[in-house]
Amino acid sequence: MAIKTEPFVVNIGPVHPSTHGVFRMRTTLDGEVVVDMEPVIGYLHRGIEKLAEGRTYTQNIPFTDRLDYLASMSNNLAYVLAVEKLAGIPVPERAEYLRVIMAELQRIASHLIGVGAFLNDCGAFMTPILYMIREREKILDLFEMVCGQRLTYNYMRIGGVSQDIPEEFLPALDKFVKVMPGYIDEYDQLLAENEILLARAKGVGILPRELAINISASGPVLRASGVKWDIRKADPYSVYERFQFDIPTGSAGDCYDRYRVRIEEMRQSVRIIKQAMEQLPQGEVRSEVPHLIHPPVGEAYGHIEAPKGELGFYLVSDNSIAPYRFHIRAPSLINLTALREMMIGWKVADAIVIFGSIDICMGEVDR
Amino acid sequence: MTVALSGEEIARQIEEHFPGSIVESSQDTVLVKSESLLKVAAFLKDTPNLDFDYLTSITAVDYYDYFEVIYQLTSLQHNHSLVVKTRCYGRDNPTLPSVVGLWRGADFQEREIYDLMGIRFEGHPNLKHIFLWDGFKGHPLRKDYL
Amino acid sequence: MAFVFRVMSTNYSKTELDKAEGRAVELLKERSQQPIPDPDKWLDEELKRNILLTSVDAMLNWSRRSSLWPVVCFPACCAFEFITTAASRFDISRFGMEIIRASPRQADLMITAGTLTWKMAPQVRRIYDQMPEPKWVIAMGACAISGGTFVQSYSVVPGYNRIIPVDVYIPGCPPRPEALLYGIGMLQKKISKRSIITEGRG
Repeated sequence: MAIKTEPFVVNIGPVHPSTHGVFRMRTTLDGEVVVDMEPVIGYLHRGIEKLAEGRTYTQNIPFTDRLDYLASMSNNLAYVLAVEKLAGIPVPERAEYLRVIMAELQRIASHLIGVGAFLNDCGAFMTPILYMIREREKILDLFEMVCGQRLTYNYMRIGGVSQDIPEEFLPALDKFVKVMPGYIDEYDQLLAENEILLARAKGVGILPRELAINISASGPVLRASGVKWDIRKADPYSVYERFQFDIPTGSAGDCYDRYRVRIEEMRQSVRIIKQAMEQLPQGEVRSEVPHLIHPPVGEAYGHIEAPKGELGFYLVSDNSIAPYRFHIRAPSLINLTALREMMIGWKVADAIVIFGSIDICMGEVDR
Repeated sequence: MTVALSGEEIARQIEEHFPGSIVESSQDTVLVKSESLLKVAAFLKDTPNLDFDYLTSITAVDYYDYFEVIYQLTSLQHNHSLVVKTRCYGRDNPTLPSVVGLWRGADFQEREIYDLMGIRFEGHPNLKHIFLWDGFKGHPLRKDYL
Repeated sequence: MAFVFRVMSTNYSKTELDKAEGRAVELLKERSQQPIPDPDKWLDEELKRNILLTSVDAMLNWSRRSSLWPVVCFPACCAFEFITTAASRFDISRFGMEIIRASPRQADLMITAGTLTWKMAPQVRRIYDQMPEPKWVIAMGACAISGGTFVQSYSVVPGYNRIIPVDVYIPGCPPRPEALLYGIGMLQKKISKRSIITEGRG
């Protein structure tokens, strides 16, 4: 007997228990299967681009902290690179190495939360994320030693970094780097061949290669679909040419591949930090830059490989102390473009897993 | 290292195929007329040596007389990049053709430019507010919004 | 999962929905031009305490403050300091708060961790209204107290107390987990001074 059914609109509302922030999906369901989905964003739109036009270049650095609040060091770095490109300010070597160390530590911290939240969505309720927060606390202790803050660091400055590292930092970093690969192996042992994770994530939410390039995806999402594109290798900034590291890529573009790419990237980050620690030179950490910078009239686009993707800042200057236009190329917003295609045909529970595997941060999507 | 292609060279190539579409070109950028934007974009995407298949970002800037929309294009195979600009005059109802048909990554970014700057994109499948709520008066990123 | 069910026919119109939500935001914005005063009945010096009921008060207050259950309200960056407070290093479960309820009907504390925008304000008000009495609100972080760094923006509400009454304010950007625990301790002290005579049976 055929039962009469009709599609039903369910609002997976802005307030939901996964840790991704205020994102709303208006899903049309036929039974349990997603038939259509419309993302609604803007619940955290704070108008940073407009506010930044009224503040000087150095005063904008704390704004960049609050974009992707899980990777503040990377945001700072991207902005400061863009300003240095615009104004032609050189950076001392020690500062470059310190920037690389901080950026890679930040990548590990951000991927820990990204993977932990994804596993939270898969159903492992709190165990993996608590393990990963334990590791992240070690990294946050290192950051607190350097700049006094745990979440929004404001550490990079135009022309270098704000202050030099204290003496306790390098021994503590050494201890961390020795211990971290063991922890990543522990996660792999528990999770890599785990039946439940394979059943929930393998083959789910596939993003084909051509679509990934067409929607301008970047970061682990692009690499898991089989495209070997990493800004650290393709367009190296800072001193990344001097380090040897691999770029993990996936093949299928499903949720499991995105998870594996992030785990492998953490291993590569530990490798880069070891090399940077050995090569760290002495010297000053900040070049002489006036308090109020008047860059020449022009524009610049500076981009880095942030943990979530390609983060870029487009700055236009008109020779005054504040930027004329401050635009942020947010990776999370652009990675969300194909969410609808990835979700149609799957069930509601899979929809949550797919959304979690893209690993977005709403502060960046909405700015 | 990503090579930033010379704007003048690309401008010459575009002029051969679509005469009259270039306004000016410099070392870094190519400024295109808004009517011929779609043709030039398709040419840049499909020509074998250029192959700009990845749209890095779209931005809009408000200079008081005109709006300028900047397209940053990249080619993943050849590892080179290009900046294409176009202008639209008039503050009441500026319109431009949409490139969503070529690069789907322009979807949300063009909605954002419509929401915050007020430039309409013809051919966009879903042009409506993305960040601000329905009924918000004005376009915040314009220079005359206080 | 915190679903907000809205039953409608199959051919609903997305533009109608958007317009309705926009109207809700504009209405709320007009109504919220003044801050809501903080609840401070517990400061009342002249409350007459009935001898028979003080031990009942003490029992109720002890049980309420030792098992506050927060509701999920995680707009922005302070959310991550809250999550690390709930994790194993700065354990929040020693204060009875380890269960972060997804559904507001089962919660009695709202820790507002993040910037509030006008677009989000009707949803926060709705979640607050759905919580049963007695309920408390902690405003965490500079953005929740007064708008923080973003106060001049066109879309940021200058403080949660425009929309909901706030009991405890915790400054910081973001406040350290120790600061959040201190704020929760202050709220527990405030709860211990409640009396069912002045506040009613709620």
